Amino acid sequence: MGFLDIIGPVMIGPSSSHTAGAARLGRLAKACWGNEPFEEVTVFLRGSFAFTGRGHGTDKAVIAGLMGMLPDDEGIRTALDEAKKKHFPYRLETEHVDGAHPNSARFAFRGKDGHTLEVVGASIGGGAVELQEVDGFSVAISGDLPTLITFHKDTHGVVAAVAALLANRKINIASMTLHRKARGGMASLVTEMDMDGPPDEALRSAVAAAHPAILRVAPIYSGSGRQP
Amino acid sequence: MRSLTEILEACTSSGESFARRALALSAMESGCTEDSIRKGMISRLKDMELSVQKALSGSWRGVLVPQEAHLFKEYGSSGGAFSSPFVLTAARISLAVSTYNAAMGRIVAAPTAGSCGILPGLLFSYREHFGGDDETLLSGLIAAAAVGEVTAARATLAGASGGCQAECGAAMAMGAAALVQMRKGSPEALGQAVALAYKSILGLVCDPVGGLVESPCIKRNGMLVSLGALAADMALAGVKSIIPPDEVIDAIGQVGRALPESLRETAGGGLAVTPTARKLVKDLLEEQPE
Repeated sequence: MGFLDIIGPVMIGPSSSHTAGAARLGRLAKACWGNEPFEEVTVFLRGSFAFTGRGHGTDKAVIAGLMGMLPDDEGIRTALDEAKKKHFPYRLETEHVDGAHPNSARFAFRGKDGHTLEVVGASIGGGAVELQEVDGFSVAISGDLPTLITFHKDTHGVVAAVAALLANRKINIASMTLHRKARGGMASLVTEMDMDGPPDEALRSAVAAAHPAILRVAPIYSGSGRQP
Repeated sequence: MRSLTEILEACTSSGESFARRALALSAMESGCTEDSIRKGMISRLKDMELSVQKALSGSWRGVLVPQEAHLFKEYGSSGGAFSSPFVLTAARISLAVSTYNAAMGRIVAAPTAGSCGILPGLLFSYREHFGGDDETLLSGLIAAAAVGEVTAARATLAGASGGCQAECGAAMAMGAAALVQMRKGSPEALGQAVALAYKSILGLVCDPVGGLVESPCIKRNGMLVSLGALAADMALAGVKSIIPPDEVIDAIGQVGRALPESLRETAGGGLAVTPTARKLVKDLLEEQPE
């Protein structure tokens, strides 16, 4: 922990885990979906997010995050009105899941063409968050470091192609985790990088083109108040 | 940053102030330059000042707790108050910022959102009553951050792990350090202020009504500025804690771990389970549309 973690983050109250963390979670979930517009997103609040959620503004914060707001955005307070005005297609539900993290949420996106994406994430304290499931893959993504998630077909050479591309650009890899559903099935590569600022569109599209098996790449970065 | 004693000893041998030494140490440990940390802290101070202005200029309330800081202003200016003008202003700011947090205002968690009133209360009351410039307030904020970082390393800053000692208690001890630093008291006095501050709230539980950051949090923010001020006064007067500051912080950590879960932010004990609290929560849940 540094001085700016102790005196900070700058955030909309009242709770770092239920408000700031919820906004950050919404924002990361949306980043997993990508930039294309969606037909609808349903947020299932779990545990204490569901129980004390309204009193803590968790509902407002999580929708604000989905709309792209940071945890210190004054717009969080009126996010639900804003969402209605802009016809932002969201639904808010609660659900009970045995063994789920006490402050967590599931996001279910549905695209215009009918394809879907599910993201599960938890607010783990002090405004920090962790994405725990993306599209059925068990992950542990904090968004503290600039991160790229690839969705690809499980085949040889994907890790090498991504690593080589980053090496060519002199980007250091902080961590790299590979997940797959079945041999030759869908796979996902989560790469955390040492970079200043978020992964830009040029890098995202370059990684997407790095190997023919890569179907999609999502850039993730919490852009949090924890950085100077 | 793991030890106040180490920073204090380094101050003694170099003659530097606590804040100066702590900034150098933070730069060394984080790999950031002193200048970038200073700039970051200046921006935090500005955000904090903004939260004070907003909190005092609007009428804010929480879900359970109404607007009350303004009552305190009228009372404070009546001339009959027992607390000093400095403490009265600090308490008014602390109540206001903490209420503003409950009303979804934009605040600086210091060290947490639930304890976000105490440091701005002490810092900006200091400026109002003793006229500190930005540089003075910055030195206070840096000293406070260092005390917070040592507390995070040796104990915890999360109510869910250590009870309210770790949130409002930590903010108060950090604030006591800030006051001694802004007064240019000796590094030793600063360490003593931290020890005296923490000793006086050892065991403070986290028992929020309905799990909301409102009751008792808001009033506790308002109340604790007085202990922070008194800890600084005692230390500056030369009163010393028999137990040194690092060991007091270790005791905070040990007591925090010993607290039952019902008293660590779960709303399962203390004030949160009183008949009145239960009724408030029941009414609140019935008000919420499904």
